[in-house]
Amino acid sequence: MNCIKTIIGRDLSLVMRQGSDAFVVLIFFVVTVTLFPLGVGPDPLILQNLASGIVWIGALLAAMLSLDRLFQLDYDDGSLELLILSPYPLELVVLCKCLVHWLTTGLPIMLMSPLLALMLNMKSTAYLSLIGSMALGTPIISLLGAVGAALVLGSRRSGVLITLLIIPLTIPILLFGVAAIQAGSEGYSASAPLMFLGALLFFSIALCPWITAISLKQVVS
Amino acid sequence: MPNIVHKFANPARFMRMADPVLPWLSLGAVVSITLALYFGIFASPADYQQGETVRIMYVHVPAAWMALFTYTTMALASGAFLIWKHPLADLSAQAAAPVGAAFTAIALITGSLWGQPMWGTWWVWDARLTSVLILFFLYLGYMALVNGFDDPERGSKMGAILALVGFVNVPIIKFSVDWWNTLHQPASISRLDAPAVDPSMLLPLLLMAVGFKLFFISILILRIKMHLLKKRIRSIQMID
Repeated sequence: MNCIKTIIGRDLSLVMRQGSDAFVVLIFFVVTVTLFPLGVGPDPLILQNLASGIVWIGALLAAMLSLDRLFQLDYDDGSLELLILSPYPLELVVLCKCLVHWLTTGLPIMLMSPLLALMLNMKSTAYLSLIGSMALGTPIISLLGAVGAALVLGSRRSGVLITLLIIPLTIPILLFGVAAIQAGSEGYSASAPLMFLGALLFFSIALCPWITAISLKQVVS
Repeated sequence: MPNIVHKFANPARFMRMADPVLPWLSLGAVVSITLALYFGIFASPADYQQGETVRIMYVHVPAAWMALFTYTTMALASGAFLIWKHPLADLSAQAAAPVGAAFTAIALITGSLWGQPMWGTWWVWDARLTSVLILFFLYLGYMALVNGFDDPERGSKMGAILALVGFVNVPIIKFSVDWWNTLHQPASISRLDAPAVDPSMLLPLLLMAVGFKLFFISILILRIKMHLLKKRIRSIQMID
């Protein structure tokens, strides 16, 4: 328990002191979404139909941008090796790091998304499922991203590589996330896609830290 | 089990065993693909609904099977590599990846050429097509990751883990036509009852499948040999 608190506290304060990193992701999210009305035209009806997809694609891309720093800094200054050698299970350490990553990227994205949805003229009935799908979906991105970040650690062009590897795996999140919002905006119950997202989240919590830990151990061996 | 695994892990023994069978495998591939083309183009009837375009099937379906088969091979080989540190398993996974990507590309392109006259569109975003496209991306991602490290050992380990993670897509592709209502037709060959294809069409289809598989194995052996030689060159260069 103590170890969890220490790691989360350390990572959080690292992000806070760097400051701009988490902020850049949020700005990227807003800027990407802003491009869509300029690209497809400002017609409110078209935007209303596209809103769910635009917000989710923007969130996915923005989260991708932040993934490579999950382990990169620790890898560069050597603290990753100490974390791996520490007596605590590496899976737990990874889970803590994912939580911090979500707190500093997924959570701000989720809080920002209703505002962007408003600008895209999303139907008012869809907001609840938008928040719900973001709350369940963005942690999955952090968990899957940890797998990708561990895989590309130490490679050339790791930032591009991680996007190439992780985007195909995030497609289910996009599908169910958008399905939930669509159901909400058409007045149906969004519970089925949200339950699928929840199931994916639990799967990822169980599997991703384990796979990430395996990859990280290869890095230092 | 580990005994058998280790017995075949010796590259020199692999070379000794592979060299004599390679010409026969390649010959078998050439013969069965030629026969399949003959039966497919000249000796099989046109479909009563699809006309002559049905002949695209004789390339499209076997290529799609191979796309899945190759990825499964890669995942199995990667698993063997991670569990037993089997050096040849790693090489065969790496050797198979470009071949699998090529089969996937062939399946996608022929499917698109077939879709234009039949469905009236080059591409639809249905579950089968999309999941095969993702399979193509997974192949590309695997190759990029394996080649993305300065240390080739690291690349192969990380690639092996990715190949196993990406395997989730294979059952999704296989069952995509059953789980979702797609424009793509459901399976006609691997069904519990008899295949829903006439024997005159089944013959070239299966011949082509056998030919593709033999072609895959021969080119796999060639590529593994290439990787082994590359490894040897690298170690010679390191001594200098």
